[in-house]
Amino acid sequence: MAKRIDISDLNIYYGDFRAVADVTVSIEPRSVTALIGPSGCGKSTFLRSINRMHEVLPGARVEGKVSMDGQDLYGPDVDPVDVRRQIGMVFQRPNPFPTMSIYDNVAAGIRLNARKMKKSDLDALVERSLQGANLWREVRDRLNRPASGLSGGQQQRLCIARAIAVEPDVLLMDEPASALDPISTLAIEDLMTEMKERFTIVIVTHNMQQAARVSEQTGFFNLSAAGQPGRLIEFNSTEKIFSNPDEKATEDYISGRFG
Amino acid sequence: MSQTTGTLLSPPPVTGGSRRKGRLPRWAAWAVFGTALVLVAGIGLPAGLALALVVLFTGVLGTLALYVLSRVTENRRTATDRLVTCVVVGAFALAMVPLLSLVYEVVSRGIGRLDGEFFNSSLVGVIGEGGGAYHAIFGTLIITGLTALISVPIGLLTAIYLVEYGSGRLKKVITFLVDVMTGIPSIVAGLFAYALFAIFFGPGVRLGIAGAVALSVLMTPVFVRSAEEVLKLVPNELREAAYALGVPKWRTVVKIVLPTAVAGLGTGVTLAVARVIGETAPLLVTVGITNATNLNPFDGRMATLPVYAFYQLTQPGVPPEFAIDRAWTAALLLIALVMALNVVARLISRFFAPTTGR
Ligand SMILES: Nc1ncnc2c1ncn2[C@@H]1O[C@H](COP(=O)(O)OP(=O)(O)OP(=O)(O)O)[C@@H](O)[C@H]1O
Ligand SMILES: [Mg+2]
Repeated sequence: MAKRIDISDLNIYYGDFRAVADVTVSIEPRSVTALIGPSGCGKSTFLRSINRMHEVLPGARVEGKVSMDGQDLYGPDVDPVDVRRQIGMVFQRPNPFPTMSIYDNVAAGIRLNARKMKKSDLDALVERSLQGANLWREVRDRLNRPASGLSGGQQQRLCIARAIAVEPDVLLMDEPASALDPISTLAIEDLMTEMKERFTIVIVTHNMQQAARVSEQTGFFNLSAAGQPGRLIEFNSTEKIFSNPDEKATEDYISGRFG
Repeated sequence: MSQTTGTLLSPPPVTGGSRRKGRLPRWAAWAVFGTALVLVAGIGLPAGLALALVVLFTGVLGTLALYVLSRVTENRRTATDRLVTCVVVGAFALAMVPLLSLVYEVVSRGIGRLDGEFFNSSLVGVIGEGGGAYHAIFGTLIITGLTALISVPIGLLTAIYLVEYGSGRLKKVITFLVDVMTGIPSIVAGLFAYALFAIFFGPGVRLGIAGAVALSVLMTPVFVRSAEEVLKLVPNELREAAYALGVPKWRTVVKIVLPTAVAGLGTGVTLAVARVIGETAPLLVTVGITNATNLNPFDGRMATLPVYAFYQLTQPGVPPEFAIDRAWTAALLLIALVMALNVVARLISRFFAPTTGR
């Protein structure tokens, strides 16, 4: 069940340092939204504040409003754990659980939350998720081997399988393909196209072609100077951003005339 | 520019001789030290020089001779290298002397009574020959087992609090107190436990459990420290991966952090046990000693290996040599126990460590 996310006047802090300032944006359901921008402008920070992962860091806090289908995610009676169950996340660096097998990693979301499921259903879910992440063929005969024995790219796809296995409403992906070869990258892009029927997908990427290929909407983050907060400069349909952006900075960044 | 690079990359200039000068053959160092030994022993031994001094002089003479020889036949760099090598090896040998002589002494004196009877019988009715430490062996195992039973949960929970939950002032205070506790003299821990149990059972109380409490005071901070280090080693990304799946914090700690750290925790437990298993003073005042077998830590005096060794040595009776032999054997057994625990710790960290190979 894809859901819509509305963000208004969002300011994100690390202690006293304001990393992201005044973001107001709506993320459409059943679509892929891409976030681009130079390194350090706060894309990851923004992404992590959507599923309340930002606040697990000591001193980190958020001001402003984030709501999903009208429900305030930062409301006083909202449990961040519930938010994260509905909004999954794939991190910049692959982080499979090293003590668990490949199978257990994919099943981790179910097992760690002590959700009861029949063995056969779980098997089917694991297979479906691994197929979804384009990893099934490579690991089907070693599901019980430790996940740490996989290559970096395979680990990242395992993390994607792990995230989609819990069937979130929204999936946040922080440069999911930065460690992958072109074939796996393509597979993940296909996967996103396919998954957007069911999830709302937000992806951070440094790869313009990727943003242009997979996303409907694109947001461009930038920061005016080091030490200044990052801001959402432009948010538009991908087509417009890549052909005829409103902002000069966006055009400069996309055409490589940056800095 | 290229000139500088050229100089940097070329081997450093060799002083004190051309590089074409020969290298000493590999056996040269041995030969030098062998000659030095023959010389020193030949002159020193007839003159009544002690064996230890012979070895010492051989080392000094050999080192100097090798240095001079190398300076003459090789170059200065190699000579310095040989000198430093000799000094390092010498320092290592010096550090090994107390360890080896201790092990040798304990083994040679203790091995004699390392027989079936020592493991099978207590000291009931034993005057002079025979007798064993059955009661003390089991006493030590029971009391250290209880100690671990008390310390591990407390220490683990403290470490989890410090690493996963604690922040601000309380965390600082706890860390400070743990540091202070690490430095408590063991007799103080013993007196504390004695005073505590004397409140409930009156003065003169002797209980196995009181000994376990005393040892826990010593073991808990040691274990907290090591557990804290181990938990800190668990990468934060794993916690975040679990949070992102909607796993509550406590479940993340139980299901992700602890399993990932289990090898290190196991090692920490065994090393902390090894730290307290040989403690004598606290057990002396809390548990006392007995000649009979008492396996109930809640009922009266018990025997333990360190205290057993202490009393066999200090109050051997007449004739003394049998009791003194038993003391050495008890000491040998203690060393063996500590060594076994260290081996166990290594095995634990080998077998439980998550495979991290990529
Ligand atoms: N844990 C942290 N504590 C303090 N400051 C942080 C922390 N993480 C990030 N920042 C700061 O927040 C700002 C935004 O960082 P962020 O990681 O969101 O950038 P990014 O856009 O994702 O960059 P990249 O493209 O390199 O991943 C940077 O100035 C960074 O130094
Ligand atoms: Mg980032």
